[in-house]
This record gives sequence, C-alpha cells and structure tokens, in this order.
Amino acid sequence: MKTTTLLKSLSLSLLVAGSGFAATALSSTAVAATAIVSNEKDDTLSLIDLDSLQVTETLPVGQRPRGITLSKDHSKLYICASDSDTVQIMDLKTRQIIAELPSGEDPEQFALHPNDRLLYIANEDDALVTVVDTGDRSVVAQIDVGVEPEGMAVSPDGKWAVNTSETTNMVHWIDTETHQLVDNTLVDQRPRHVEFSKDGNILWASSEIGGTVSVIDVASRQIQHKLSFKIRGVHPDKVQPVGVKLTDDGRYAFIALGPANHVAVVDAKTFEVLDYLLVGRRVWHMAFNEDQSRLLTTNGVSGDVSVIDVDQLKVTKSIKVGRYPWGVVVLP
Amino acid sequence: MLRTLITITALLLSSVAARASEPLQIEIGYLHYQPERPPALSNILPEPADSGLRGAELAIDDSNTTGRFLKQSYRLQTVRADSPDEVLAGARQLQQQGVELFVANLPAAELLRLSAALGPQALIFNAGSQDDSLRRQSCPTNVLHTAPSRAMLTDALGQWLKARRFERWLLLVGNQPEDQRYAEALERAAQRFGARIVARKAWSFDTDLRRTAQKELPLFTRTDDYDVVLVADERGDFGEYVLYNSWLPRPVAGTQGLTPVAWHRVVEQWGAAQLQSRFDEMAGRWMTGTDYAAWAAVRSIAEAAIQTGANDAATLEHHIRSDRFQLAGFKGRKLSYRRWNGQLRQPIPLVHPRALVSQSPQEGFLHPVTELDTLGFDQPEVHCKL
Repeated sequence: MKTTTLLKSLSLSLLVAGSGFAATALSSTAVAATAIVSNEKDDTLSLIDLDSLQVTETLPVGQRPRGITLSKDHSKLYICASDSDTVQIMDLKTRQIIAELPSGEDPEQFALHPNDRLLYIANEDDALVTVVDTGDRSVVAQIDVGVEPEGMAVSPDGKWAVNTSETTNMVHWIDTETHQLVDNTLVDQRPRHVEFSKDGNILWASSEIGGTVSVIDVASRQIQHKLSFKIRGVHPDKVQPVGVKLTDDGRYAFIALGPANHVAVVDAKTFEVLDYLLVGRRVWHMAFNEDQSRLLTTNGVSGDVSVIDVDQLKVTKSIKVGRYPWGVVVLP
Repeated sequence: MLRTLITITALLLSSVAARASEPLQIEIGYLHYQPERPPALSNILPEPADSGLRGAELAIDDSNTTGRFLKQSYRLQTVRADSPDEVLAGARQLQQQGVELFVANLPAAELLRLSAALGPQALIFNAGSQDDSLRRQSCPTNVLHTAPSRAMLTDALGQWLKARRFERWLLLVGNQPEDQRYAEALERAAQRFGARIVARKAWSFDTDLRRTAQKELPLFTRTDDYDVVLVADERGDFGEYVLYNSWLPRPVAGTQGLTPVAWHRVVEQWGAAQLQSRFDEMAGRWMTGTDYAAWAAVRSIAEAAIQTGANDAATLEHHIRSDRFQLAGFKGRKLSYRRWNGQLRQPIPLVHPRALVSQSPQEGFLHPVTELDTLGFDQPEVHCKL
C-alpha cells in the first residue's frame, strides 16, 4: 500500500522533473522499507528490500559490527564496530560513514536516549558503560558496571539506563540525570538483552545460560516473574534466550532462543508461552517492520534472516545475508 | 546442648552483623607444584610456568568486579613450591590462618596427600590433574575436579572420529607413565565407540627428530591400513613429528595434531572471545587449559558465594554439588558438577594449533540426562562412595 503511493509520487516527480536522474536517485533511497543487518564476521551491512525480501546491497563497515540503531529521524545509523573500538555513524542517504564516536573499547550494544542525543554504550572488555553525546561527539560519562557489559536499554521516559553484565549476572540501573549506578538486580547466568515495555513499567531481561527471561518491575526493580521454556526434542541446555521484542499493543513478547533455533511467542500479559517458531540456526536479535506485521530475526550460524508473519505466527521466508548476522533494524 | 545453642546463636548474630556492615571476605588458596618434566625432543614451545595461576587471578578479578555490587571481596593466596612437602606445608599454614577453599595445580599423588592432610573441612578444586583413577576409584571426598579427565578428552575425540568414520586407529604411545594412561583412555574410547586399533606401537627412539623425523617415522608407522594415527605423548616428545611423516597419508590426533582440550586460544564462540581478550591483556599470553580449569574453580566458588551469601566451605560445597548450581563457562552450555565424582561437566573443544575443528559431545551421542555425560565416566562406571 505504502509502496504504491510512493511509486505514484515517484512517477509524478518523474513527469514533473522530466529527468531520469531524479528518478533513479529516489528509487534507490525511498521506495520500500529496508531492513539493515550487521554481519559480525563479514564486517558488512546487508540491506534487505522488504517488498521483494531480497538483499539489495552489501556495505562495508568497521570491524565486527554488532549492535545497530537508528536516529529518531531515521537519517543516521549508529553501528557498534566492536573490533575497531568505535561507534560509526552512517548517513543513510549517502550510505557513507560520516563520523566515528569515542565509544570506549569493544562496544557491543547500545541504546539511544529518547532525547535523540545521548548514546549509552556497553564496553564489553572494560566493564564500563560509556555515555556519548552524539551532537558534539564527546564522552559525557563512564560508569563502572559488572564484567562483560552487554545489553543496554533506556526507559521510554528517559529516566533509566539499564545495562546487563554477562559474567556478573546483574541488571545495573543507571540514573540518567546523575549518571550514577543506583541499583542492581541479580538475574540468572549470562544476561544478554534488556527491553522495556512501551509504558516503561516492566523490563524484560534474558539470561542466555540460565535459560530464563526475568520480568522485572521497574518501580521496585524486583523480579516479578521468571519465564522458562521447553521445546520438544531440544535439550533444555540449548534453550538460550537472547533477543527480546515486544509488540506495541502489549500483546506479544518474542524471545529469540539462540541455539534452540526457535523464537518463543509469549503472551505479554499472562507470561504464558503460546508457541515456538522454528527459525535459522542460533537466533540472536530481532526487529519489527513499521506496522509490526512482520518480525525479522538474525540467525548467526546459518547466516540468514527469518521473516515471521506476526498475525499468523508463521515463519514465511528466510533470506541469506552475510556471515554471522547479529543486529537488525528496519528503516521505514 | 545449651552451650551449643548459644554458640550457634552467637555465630548467626555475628554473620548477620557482618553482612550488614563490612564486605564478605572469601579467601582462596592457590597451590602449585608440578615436578620437573623430563626433557622433550619437541621443546620449542614450552608450557608457561604460571599456567593455572593466571587463570585463577583473572577469576578473582572477575569476581571482585561482581563483589563490588554485593559487598563481597575475593582474595587469592598463592603457594608455589619446588617439592611436594613444601606445598603441603604451605597448604597447612593457610588452613591454620582460616583458609578453607583451595585450587590445586598438583599431580594426582600429591593431590591425594593434600586431600588427606587438609581433611573434610577443606574444599579443594583439582585444576592440575587429568588422572582417571581420581574420578573413578580413589575419589577424594573433599575434591571437585575442574580439569577434564583423560577419559573425557579421549571420549570427545573418539566421538568425533566415529562421526567422521575414522574407525581404524594406529596407536603410538610414548615411554612415560602418563602416556600409558592416555593410551589406556584411548583404548577405552575405541571400545565405547566401536573403533579398531590396528596396531599399538611403543615409541622408544631417542634421536633428535627435528633432524631425522623424515627418516624414522615413515618406517615406524608402517602397518596394516589405518584411517588415523593416534598419539599418546603428553609432554610432546615425538608426537609433533608424526604429522606429515606417517607411512600412509593419514590425519594425526590425540596429544598432537587434532587435540581434545579443556581450552585453547582458538575457542571464541559463546562469548569466549571476551574471556580470551581479558586474559591476553592481563597475562600477556594465551590462556591454557590449566588456566581455564583454575578460572572455573574460582568462578564456581564465587557463583556459590553470590547465590548463598556465604563464605564457608561447607555451605559453598553443598550449593556447588546441588542441582541449583550453574556456571556460565563460555562453552555454550551451563556447567555443573557430577554428583557421583565431583567432576565438572563440560564440552570439550577439538582443536589444531590455528583453529577449532569441532566441539564434543557430537550430535547423535545421546544420554538420558545430559549429553555432557557421554564424555568421561558416567555414574554406573564409577566406584566412588561420596
């Protein structure tokens, strides 16, 4: 639907401008929604056209790209280039790297504050969270956290920055006003990813080796529920939750289960596991398209992206990308 | 009776008070004694002298970072001795100072002496001996093993050889007692996984093979057809020279060639890349299998201390041996200890010097409880009374 409108306006502009050059420029940037996938072992990004579900472009970036996130206006992409020890900024119009941020060593995941300015970066090798001002590209603060900080999230109201440390097994709560660590919640082994609910009242934290997802009440910072998973024919040790995505309507939570090669569908209100969807091998992270009708998963070992139809709860396609795809975002 | 009760109450009160105010101190003794190894022909890349110790130190650092948030403080006290008696004396002295938790990098005989000397109030982690009889017959009750046994290593290799259908083995055995034991473990693996040992040959040459391997080894490996050459040569006397010198053009595995190990620099999946780079930075060298075993020992203690809030050996041991214990060990599975012999269950990487080839257990080797127990001695094979 959206594409048709865009195509119409495109042909219109073609008529008006009467210039083939304008049409090509437009078609390569704005026609369909695009998924951007970071390939950890190829040092590239794969761009997937979400209409044709084909990889349209592969762009070289820094070494070992993992976490990626969009600026609020979708003009820029931030890329954690872990082995280059930097966060790169890509201009999504020109697809050029326009700047590098002083991220601290080995950045793995990060989260952008709702103010669109402060980036909270987990420095895996240094047990630090670095706060960078993307405006003047300065380091605002560095906060000591546990060993191997990984997951990062900022609450929707911007009050909390939350980090998980994989070897300390904690969720660290950072006050974004003072940039002080104010509380810690102990969770199961190797916490990987944190995700706030849309209203900001609940934090979901996955524990890869513990095999659980802790549902944490943000007000008290206490665990209120712990999810575990059971898939027929898969040994419990191989059920290793990593990525978590929540639908905005509060209906579903999707949990990527790593080497179990499944995504769990959870009722976000009752915390009941509704279904397990078979995807590619070692599923890491996920992203919705704009209207949340589709969910994309990165599958590290099989080197592909699975497409899940959210209404049908069915996997509809897998798309070959680079080696060890890690992060994914959708550019509407 | 009354007196006992009073003491208990006093203890409880003091521990509650301690928890509220000052950090919980966890003291760990690290004991190192390894006998001088006889000279090896392949002496180019020696094992680092501080292998094991640096792994324990890294785990102390890791645990203190966590401890900061929980008011726990970990400290390592090290005894490095040149003789078995010295290491025992050092351990006794630490015990008198109140240390109950030990990580031992000792040969099997010294470990048994240590276990008897320190008695049931101590908890010892064996990070230095792969000896099978410790896990199967002698079974010291105050010892947990973080180093994999030889049987675990050779089973890991045996499963892979089976999966690749390399079923006819030529076995070459060095002249040291530990080589005999490695060969016995390989023979056990052959039986378990249905391989046939076409010939077992004892290495007895004493020439310098850096010059003459090309002449000696083709003749030495001339037997009935085999799919793979297996080497039992733990100190690396001749094994490095078997590669590319066998009579038949065949792969080499065992203590050289494709090697089953507790750990190696090429292991990088499952977050291991982070552990490796932390270790490289701290120690200025690669992390060895002994480093990994010592690391896992200290991390086990710390995990139990975090979960129980205790620092005494009895509480920690109880937790570590229970079903609730789990350790994230960068091997893709949660690690725990076998109830029947205190062995740390763990996947075993199969490596060559520049790459990871595979990790066992191999797919398809099934077990009613956990596939990790297809490696090494399962409960029915163990004669321990714990």
